[in-house]
Amino acid sequence: MSDAALKPPVEAIPAAPSTAARASIAQIFLEFLIIGSTSFGGVVPYLRSSLVTKRGWINDKEFVEMLSISQSLPGLNATNMAIQVGDKLGGSLGSLAAIIGICLPGAVLMYVVGLFYRAHGDHIWITAALKGVAAAAVGLILSTVVSMSKKSLSNKFDFVFVALTVIAVNRLHISVPRTLICIGILAILFHRPRKREKEGETQ
Amino acid sequence: MNQIPALIRLFAYLSLLTVGGGMAAFPEMKILTVEVHKWLTFPQLIHLYSVGQMAPGPNMMMIVAIGQWAGGLLGALVVLVAFFGPTALLALIVARLWKKLEKWRWRTSIQEGLAPVSIGLLLAGCFTMAKGAIFGVETAAIAVGVLLILLQYKINPALLVLAGAATGVLSFMPK
Repeated sequence: MSDAALKPPVEAIPAAPSTAARASIAQIFLEFLIIGSTSFGGVVPYLRSSLVTKRGWINDKEFVEMLSISQSLPGLNATNMAIQVGDKLGGSLGSLAAIIGICLPGAVLMYVVGLFYRAHGDHIWITAALKGVAAAAVGLILSTVVSMSKKSLSNKFDFVFVALTVIAVNRLHISVPRTLICIGILAILFHRPRKREKEGETQ
Repeated sequence: MNQIPALIRLFAYLSLLTVGGGMAAFPEMKILTVEVHKWLTFPQLIHLYSVGQMAPGPNMMMIVAIGQWAGGLLGALVVLVAFFGPTALLALIVARLWKKLEKWRWRTSIQEGLAPVSIGLLLAGCFTMAKGAIFGVETAAIAVGVLLILLQYKINPALLVLAGAATGVLSFMPK
């Protein structure tokens, strides 16, 4: 696949309700590289402002749809989104360009941080700072849990599944994959398709 | 001793557990990297994860540091490929299928059913981490403070983690 074959039909992009945008592999890589190097504090808002608002490569509905698929699959939201958007814009090669682009800056940074921490991690200033950083990270994860619960828990009974999962992993020390499979199947069965259309009409 | 095969196996396995977010794999990551392979200590794992929250990009890039410690540059590279490769391939295949299954009624069931489990896994990961990260009034106050601020205001979380670092220095520097 040559880049020339993938030249984007630029004029087709603005305001199209269902975007049929394509982009060259180099463009995809560059855009995700920018997201990967600027997305401090969580990738999702940066993805949206870059891909939906700035580039118009996908629309809001596609973004939400891709995000919900990302959340149901193993893998981080950031990389699952990169894969899906890359695939839409440039096929498998586009996915590869997107995921490498989004991972590269953080990976290089954490490589250097790892070396530095190993050499100087026991410095008193650093250990003091890291205690604060770790506590702040706990607060950050909790806030993610709260906002995810607000968005995606529709049923009161869902909180039982949340509690069961926590108890299985933290108290009973059941391994994460077993917990995921067992409680996952239970929860999926609980949310099994019912004859919603019919019931909806009679109500 | 050559750690490369173990790094590949372990991080490929961990990647498949990250449903809902990287934190879902944290309890297993702690057991495998700290207790089984002893590549790092639990406090080091917590520190790397937390510092990783300030880095841009996907928030599990701290795995690169673990790979580097256990197996040098090659270790870092194989960890990256092992951790992101399998889920990337899965996302590529399933996302293509998923779009075709728009009318399949179990599709919604799967999404609705996995939501509470993935939230539970994140919370379990968070509790595992809290056991090592929260030890006293100062750290508890920082965590609760960050939580409340994030729920109340639209503020960049990386800045709050940075503020946590400053608070840590103020609270824990020997007088």
